Amino acid sequence: MSAYEGTGRLVRLALRRDRVQLPVWIVGSAVILAAGAAAVIDEFPDAAGRATALQGAGTSPAVLLMRGTPVGTDLGALANFRNLAFMLVLAALMSTFAVVRHTRQNEETGRAEMIGAASVGRNAGLTAALTVVLGANLVLGVALIGALVSAGLPAGGAVTFGAACAVTGMAFAGVAAVGAQLFQSARAANAFAATAVGVAYLVRGIGDALGERAADGVQVTSTWFSWVSPLGWGMLARPYGEERWWVLTLPVLLLIACVWGAFALVGRRDLGAGLIPERPGPAAASRGLLSPLGLAWRLNRASTIGWLVGSVVFGLGIGSLGDLVDDALGGNEGVSDLMGQLAGTGSAALVEAFFAAMMNVFGALAACFAVQVLLRLRSEEAGGPAEAVLATAVGRARWVGAHLTCAVGGAAAILVLAGAATGLADAAVGGDIGVLTLVGAGLAQLPAAMTVAGFVVLVFGGLPRMVVVLAWAGLVVSLACGLLGDVFGLPQAVRDVSPFTHVPAIPAVDATPGPMVGLVVVAAALAAAGMALFRRRDLSP
Amino acid sequence: MTDAISVEGLVKTFGRTRALNGLDLVVRTGEVHGFLGPNGAGKTTTLRVLLGLLRADSGRAQVLGGDPWRDATPLHRRLAYVPGEVNLWPNLSGGEAIDLFGDLRGGLDKARREELLDRFRLDPAKRCRTYSKGNRQKVALIAAFASDVELFVLDEPTSGLDPLMEAAFQQTVREVSARGATVLLSSHIFSEVEALCSKVSIIRDGVTVESGTLAQLRHLTRTSVVVEAAEPITGLGGLPGVHDLVADGARARFDVDAAHLPGVLRHLASFEVNTLTSRPPTLEELFMRHYGDAPEAAAEVPSAGASR
Repeated sequence: MSAYEGTGRLVRLALRRDRVQLPVWIVGSAVILAAGAAAVIDEFPDAAGRATALQGAGTSPAVLLMRGTPVGTDLGALANFRNLAFMLVLAALMSTFAVVRHTRQNEETGRAEMIGAASVGRNAGLTAALTVVLGANLVLGVALIGALVSAGLPAGGAVTFGAACAVTGMAFAGVAAVGAQLFQSARAANAFAATAVGVAYLVRGIGDALGERAADGVQVTSTWFSWVSPLGWGMLARPYGEERWWVLTLPVLLLIACVWGAFALVGRRDLGAGLIPERPGPAAASRGLLSPLGLAWRLNRASTIGWLVGSVVFGLGIGSLGDLVDDALGGNEGVSDLMGQLAGTGSAALVEAFFAAMMNVFGALAACFAVQVLLRLRSEEAGGPAEAVLATAVGRARWVGAHLTCAVGGAAAILVLAGAATGLADAAVGGDIGVLTLVGAGLAQLPAAMTVAGFVVLVFGGLPRMVVVLAWAGLVVSLACGLLGDVFGLPQAVRDVSPFTHVPAIPAVDATPGPMVGLVVVAAALAAAGMALFRRRDLSP
Repeated sequence: MTDAISVEGLVKTFGRTRALNGLDLVVRTGEVHGFLGPNGAGKTTTLRVLLGLLRADSGRAQVLGGDPWRDATPLHRRLAYVPGEVNLWPNLSGGEAIDLFGDLRGGLDKARREELLDRFRLDPAKRCRTYSKGNRQKVALIAAFASDVELFVLDEPTSGLDPLMEAAFQQTVREVSARGATVLLSSHIFSEVEALCSKVSIIRDGVTVESGTLAQLRHLTRTSVVVEAAEPITGLGGLPGVHDLVADGARARFDVDAAHLPGVLRHLASFEVNTLTSRPPTLEELFMRHYGDAPEAAAEVPSAGASR
């Protein structure tokens, strides 16, 4: 039996399972793009209007961060500017979710075991998943070309646009295929792949926002940072601009590398296992595990370490940009304004404002981490071991407290390390902000993250079945109101709802203890209320 | 002797479902008490109330002299619980999970732990994710039985175990019972309850329908009799208390209400009886009497886990 035997049948099975999902995703993307392209033709019939609009957009780093860089002033170029980033993200997410669905999810649910017992080779599952997803990207590419052409835009640029989306989707299919081999649960594999998409978007966003404006005031040249991002490659091919087809070989190379890696991993592991083979565990527990806190730490240890490493890497990256921000953009008022808005400082020295804004981003990451850790409470409770743990002499408040300690402690560590890494990198490129200042600036975000954590505990106590949705929704709202409230022009009363609004923008302004103490009090009150509610309610599966 | 568990008129509703509807239960200290009922009868809900995991809407419950909701933490030091569905942490080893549960309960007898690992043939170094349902149950059982506690609350603890392990389980229950511990064993495995329990409570639809020693319950039930005589046996059908008579000349098979057994025996004495076998009803038959003959009860059985 060849390792690929049965691939054809598995492809048909995957297509059958996806007969609604993939078509909806593809048709939906094409419809959105067709509408977007039609809107451009409708709103901006003349070139002068388009140039004015793009010149305005080009001065706003926030717009560049979200949409990428303008490549020209004709209709297609504007349609590209308004839609390409979003389409690339859609293609990437379609691909990652589909790959995980047909690989790791099958294994996790035991379906792959039944399939594997039939006459099916060990590579067939991954091959079938990739075949389906690469095929879906081809169809998506064609559909997007069709959408642009049918809206009345030139076919040449449309082909580049469609191809850019298709190969980007394929590259992320490869990333997800590797993730599906590395992680044992579909949840973790999806999180890995979606995080990769998010980070790729953010990295190219930073690279684009810091880009250099051409003399015509329209075109913007991204900095090298955008070239690091696989999502950036699709944009750097510049559909409807001075097209660079060769850039599209980069995602293809990434795809090839990832597929090679994924198959190498398939050959090295057992069905259901992750990359690291299942080593026998200790036959007895070490002392450190034997407490609610020890257990909570053990459950969160691996992901906490991952977050800490990520924070250091991100902090080093941000710190090394300080120099670039000052040199290249000192004269750009749009950048200073954006940074001032993000940091909530009005106007301040550009570098300080930049770092203050980035500390807000670290605060947001720390809050994400806290939410992720605390949602473990719910998964332990619903169909998990919490029932057996709470039937021992562990009180409910102590159990929640252990997880809360991990959440807040981990968030603090993330902020300290991110601040320190930023400071060290800044010092390395000749900055003078100071490591301790940036560590303090990072820690100043902790009360906001704690408040988010308190909110999650409150919802867990009061509405346990809704906690996953409400926790993430609460985080998104507080980030939107707190970090982007000024950019969006939200009224102050709305922005005040978010804990992030009240964090002093160190190092752009001096630390003021009042708001931080206030946030800590609010956080403690929320958590205490949540614990009280939890102690009064039934355990609810 | 006090009661280890006493429950009166327990009511628990989940939305519109009434899981417990005035349930009564008394478990005396030192007894092994069988808690029987079909799926969805409210067994698991009762146990969770007794552990303070659920709060009863009304009624009175006392465990080891305390309020299971208010005094949950101190009470839990004195009892061990094996849930019906044992969920563990995939990346911990079985040995770690055993130690953890034991320690969180307040301590674990190391020698006893080793003995039980051996008896249940569990490899403690394997990760919990690789365990089958039966092995996960063994983890919970070993963690419970290696604790020196006064009360064991076991929710269908052997549903994933093979017959050999079932025997190991019964031996272990007898050991803890011999040292004076109380055991509340929820089950729908009749042979297990028959083998282990001195007292039985049968519940249905959240109400206790029968409670007593196996002997007392049998007293309420019919005895199955098979009799063979040298001459044709007549007149049985006219006797009070005789049911399901199959008479075949010199051979007869029937069930008889316990209260009418003496009359039937007097009647049989007038024939030249060669062989007579009688046997007490199995728990299965007791069960069938309470649930089997009611059509709506039969329809409820598939709604497994409605009480969870």
